[in-house]
Amino acid sequence: MILTNTTNYFGQLVNYLSEQMGIGGQILAYVLVAAIYLSFFAVAGLLLVYVERRVAAFFQLRLGPNRVGPHGLLQTIADALKLLSKEIFGTNRKDNLLYKTAYYLVIIASLVSLSVIPFSRGIQAFDINVGVFFISAVSSVGVLGILFGGWGSNNKYSLIGGMRSGLQMISYELSSGLAIITMVLLAGTLQMSGIIEAQRDTWFIIKGHIPALIALFIFVVAGTAESNRTPFDLPEGEAELGAGYHSEYSGMGFAYFFLAEFINMFIISAVGVTLFFGGWLAPFHLTDSLPWQPLWGAFWFFMKVAVFIFFMMWFRWTFPRLRIDQLLTLEWKYLLPIGLVNIILMAVLVYYNILISF
Amino acid sequence: METLTLNSSDLKSQEYFLNMGPQHPATHGVLRLILTLDGEVVKNIEPDLGYIHRSIEKQCEYEGYKQIIHLTDRMDYLSAHINNEAVALAIEQALEIEVPERVKVIRTIMGELTRIASHLLWWGVMGMDVGALTTFMYAFRDREMINDIMEETCGARLTMSYSTPGGVMFDLHPNFQKRVKDFIPHLRRVIPQYDELLTGNVIFQKRMKGVGIMSHEDAISHGASGPVARGSGVSCDRRKKDPYSAFASRDIQFNEITFTEGDNLARYNVRMKEMLESLNIIEQLIDNIPDDGIQAKTKALIKLPKGEYLQRVETARGDLGVYIVSDGKKNPYRVKFRSPGFSNLNALIEIGKGHLIADLVAIMSTLDFVVPDIDR
Repeated sequence: MILTNTTNYFGQLVNYLSEQMGIGGQILAYVLVAAIYLSFFAVAGLLLVYVERRVAAFFQLRLGPNRVGPHGLLQTIADALKLLSKEIFGTNRKDNLLYKTAYYLVIIASLVSLSVIPFSRGIQAFDINVGVFFISAVSSVGVLGILFGGWGSNNKYSLIGGMRSGLQMISYELSSGLAIITMVLLAGTLQMSGIIEAQRDTWFIIKGHIPALIALFIFVVAGTAESNRTPFDLPEGEAELGAGYHSEYSGMGFAYFFLAEFINMFIISAVGVTLFFGGWLAPFHLTDSLPWQPLWGAFWFFMKVAVFIFFMMWFRWTFPRLRIDQLLTLEWKYLLPIGLVNIILMAVLVYYNILISF
Repeated sequence: METLTLNSSDLKSQEYFLNMGPQHPATHGVLRLILTLDGEVVKNIEPDLGYIHRSIEKQCEYEGYKQIIHLTDRMDYLSAHINNEAVALAIEQALEIEVPERVKVIRTIMGELTRIASHLLWWGVMGMDVGALTTFMYAFRDREMINDIMEETCGARLTMSYSTPGGVMFDLHPNFQKRVKDFIPHLRRVIPQYDELLTGNVIFQKRMKGVGIMSHEDAISHGASGPVARGSGVSCDRRKKDPYSAFASRDIQFNEITFTEGDNLARYNVRMKEMLESLNIIEQLIDNIPDDGIQAKTKALIKLPKGEYLQRVETARGDLGVYIVSDGKKNPYRVKFRSPGFSNLNALIEIGKGHLIADLVAIMSTLDFVVPDIDR
């Protein structure tokens, strides 16, 4: 699948190395790509934790981490090192298999979702033809990890947290899926790069006008819920459940859950940016004539994602938490019907071509 | 042949126990609730007390009357000054001492500042309990100003021990009036901000309205007091009912805030409005603090005449009763504190049933427990 797209830099790397060194080179190339993604995962996770703490601090009249390294940039690295060095211990009579697989599932799910995110033109590990579908399919695996963690910990608070999480993520998957399908109607393809190419002249948020705005709203709500953030942080609602499903994890076990949460936020923002705001395309073709196109693409992509993420952080530090029945009411009685009607509306608009395009 | 049928009545879920506390972020201390849960629905609540019981009442029997005051700081530490005042008033009542007017005014101002500080802390924690973490920091920013005022005058920020039998320990700091006058407009400005941040939020309103309803009768029969009872429409403000200190000696205009709904939102609103009323009270007193000394004449060793003495005051949590039985010696024969938190906890058992865990946490927050006050 990597080899399908010749403009893909990762694909070129694989081709080049396998031509030079045969099968060994191909494996080396895969390892290299995996290493790039793993390091991106770690760096992005740590950076997001840092940004979250800083943003939270500014919302809360505090300074946030500002001691370790310049502007406290190394704080999260220090924290990660601390967590690495800590002993991993859990409860007695835990279900060891589930307990241990839980965090791997969570982290693998978000790592695999990351692989189809288009960072820029040609910077994407898998440009498969069902990209968006792949993301929503794989990210559901993460729910399993949370359920395993909740069940395997042998702790009632974890169990309640896990069950809440299962309820919440499965419910909101529907809405985010519907919002994605609504936008896919505009693109006519599930391929991530195809969706972005379709927005070359007009971003979908403008092209699809009213239904696109509704879809964006649904997507943001459902995305926030899927990444377990306030106002949907019931699985870990610390005033109620301590830390919810990851109460009984320590050291890197906890850190995996923690990092995965932040990477999920990144993935949701990236999908949102790809679907609604033209991914790595420059606004108004600002940088289209400049050299270093892939880098400019990455620049615009990360700028847009940063804005998206900032909004999600803003929600987190200003909203109270919903109750579980209110959460389900919101999904099943409001978002889902609205989403369904929205798809029909979008389909009609696309069929009769009542769209805004430049 | 037997057919397999499935009725909804066959599908029974199993009830289970959950220990909420003694170490739990929502119990605000070491309160242990043994919950019987069906899924997330609370079927039964059984509070288990005593995790922070320090025998304050018993210790009082071994201490002189002047020392008792310092123990009361540690009961409801958020209304420390009002607790001190209650004991001091009880002793003064027994000795029939007339304290100077200045002392009365100082005590009342300090008491109202304490009440505001306590309500501010409650507001911050209330937000946290329903998931809005930012409220905590805002509340603490403003509470800090009160703590600084306290620190300047009595040298302590939390456990003031400022009142003594017959007066107060030190005179007011020269900055006191100015700082209090700075604080009043500041709080008046920030409370609308609080409302914007939390009160007006749709999610918050949905979480609060109609949840944890305590009827007028329930409030009375459980002996609830303070903002909890006033949220159910029970008029029970001791400052109005049997005035003490400056409430008795001065003509202070203030409203007793009552709401009739009895739900979480009513209790929330009572406290929010009470802060503004406390500001009104302080404003009426701060400009004319008389200058007639800070200590009435008392003996070095206080001995109460034989008898029983009761003093009730309104702390931030409700009706605190100090009941002293004296046999004429230098320490009391028996001291009993009627703490508001204990009675309010009783009410939780009734109103918490049938709610979800999340609601139970919110209800506990609006009942505003201070666990050392419940256990003593």
